[in-house]
Amino acid sequence: MRRWIVLLLSIFLMSCSSAQKKEITLATTTSLQDSGLLEYLIPEFEKDTGIKVKVIARGTGEALEIAKRGDADILFVHSKEKEEEFIKEGYGLKRDEIMYNDFVIVGPKDDPAKVKENASNNPLKAFELIYKSNSVFVSRGDESGTHQREKKLWREININPKWKSYIVSGLGMGQVLNIADEKGGYTLSDRATYITMKKNLSLQIVCEGHPMLKNQYSIVLLNPNKISHKKELAEEFEVWILSDKAKELINNYGIEKYGEPLFKFNGKR
Amino acid sequence: MEILEIILTSLYVSLTSTAIASIIAILLAVPFSIKDFKLKRAIYRIADSLMAMPPVVMGLIVFIILSKRGPLGELNLLFTPTAMIIAQMLLILPIIFVLTVRQIEKIAPTIQKNCYMLGGDYGDFLFLIINECKGEIFTSVTSGFSRAISEVGAVMMVGGNIKGYTRVMTTFIALETSKGNFKDALIIGLILLAISFLINIILHSLKGRETNEYIN
Repeated sequence: MRRWIVLLLSIFLMSCSSAQKKEITLATTTSLQDSGLLEYLIPEFEKDTGIKVKVIARGTGEALEIAKRGDADILFVHSKEKEEEFIKEGYGLKRDEIMYNDFVIVGPKDDPAKVKENASNNPLKAFELIYKSNSVFVSRGDESGTHQREKKLWREININPKWKSYIVSGLGMGQVLNIADEKGGYTLSDRATYITMKKNLSLQIVCEGHPMLKNQYSIVLLNPNKISHKKELAEEFEVWILSDKAKELINNYGIEKYGEPLFKFNGKR
Repeated sequence: MEILEIILTSLYVSLTSTAIASIIAILLAVPFSIKDFKLKRAIYRIADSLMAMPPVVMGLIVFIILSKRGPLGELNLLFTPTAMIIAQMLLILPIIFVLTVRQIEKIAPTIQKNCYMLGGDYGDFLFLIINECKGEIFTSVTSGFSRAISEVGAVMMVGGNIKGYTRVMTTFIALETSKGNFKDALIIGLILLAISFLINIILHSLKGRETNEYIN
């Protein structure tokens, strides 16, 4: 009995002492995980630098909170206003734009709000049509980058999105697409998650291709004076993700599997 | 092999947390069952209510404690398997404790009397009661393990569902479901069920053999 206790305790303690390895914690958004991009990029980074990356995928809002608490070393998110606010409050040092794709409004095949017919490239009109026709709309409701954009669009047209079939879910992008699919509703999605899940959904794109739908992903470096973190390793990540190799990897991601790239690199060194 | 890794992580985390929780719970439950003291009923009530603690609440508490800004932030334990073990251990500690107390409360005083009468000391008594109640204690431990391995809220929060590191069966199911991969999610779900079933059979067969020894 006593031998077992000693054995178990030593296993337990051994697992505790793993903190000294070369590794960083990357707080990021669900869309980068659900689209599979990180699973494709991170192993390359680990191979090139020998730094292990622990990916924590949450909504952008929560990712920023995790970083504020000091539980992450670098951020990879997509909400410009929130990122700038984060830097202004002194938590962040700077943000580097890395890549973009766009948001799309997706909806059921029968399109009850007639968005595709009347507003196929005008997101403001599309939201108005959805609101006026009392259609089902599923909101992320989790302060993520996508949710921020959705709120911004409602603000632009002065509509307070509160009607009977406006569903506030509090879930990640993938799950929200599933709910919209089940309920025959509309939702705002990043294109990457939509494309990767398209085969399981009966939703179609009803509105796309407008400057207000641009979806910019950036990394944010943390301020070492305010948050203690692994600054050198985070900077190595910054250098790598802005390199030509990463550029090519990002631009090619998705072509083989989905027939189109999911992200477009626009980082500047 | 990703799936194998996930299964092994699951087993490592839940078996370790169950082992630690069991040792603590049993060592506390034995003296608790035989002694009478002022706050005994109150402590029992509290432990009883803690059995119903929602895993996410436990996850949140452990998250706050282990976070860099929390009291134990220095240890760098958040988003590690150790954090998951701690959360699960705290979650199932009251379960194993209460169930064990419930099982041994009635027979413990008799065993104690007999043991001391025959000249045994406290160590002998501890050994004897654990030996006598092996079956009952196994049942409590199995309940704790089932809860640990099937729980998703706490490990998601404090483990972070990091691929190849803190991803376990339940968080994998949650993630794959959110991605719409119901097939993969279901396969792992069935494996999870099979493992719980297997461990139950193993524990019950252990229990069964012990009882038979006494009858023969």
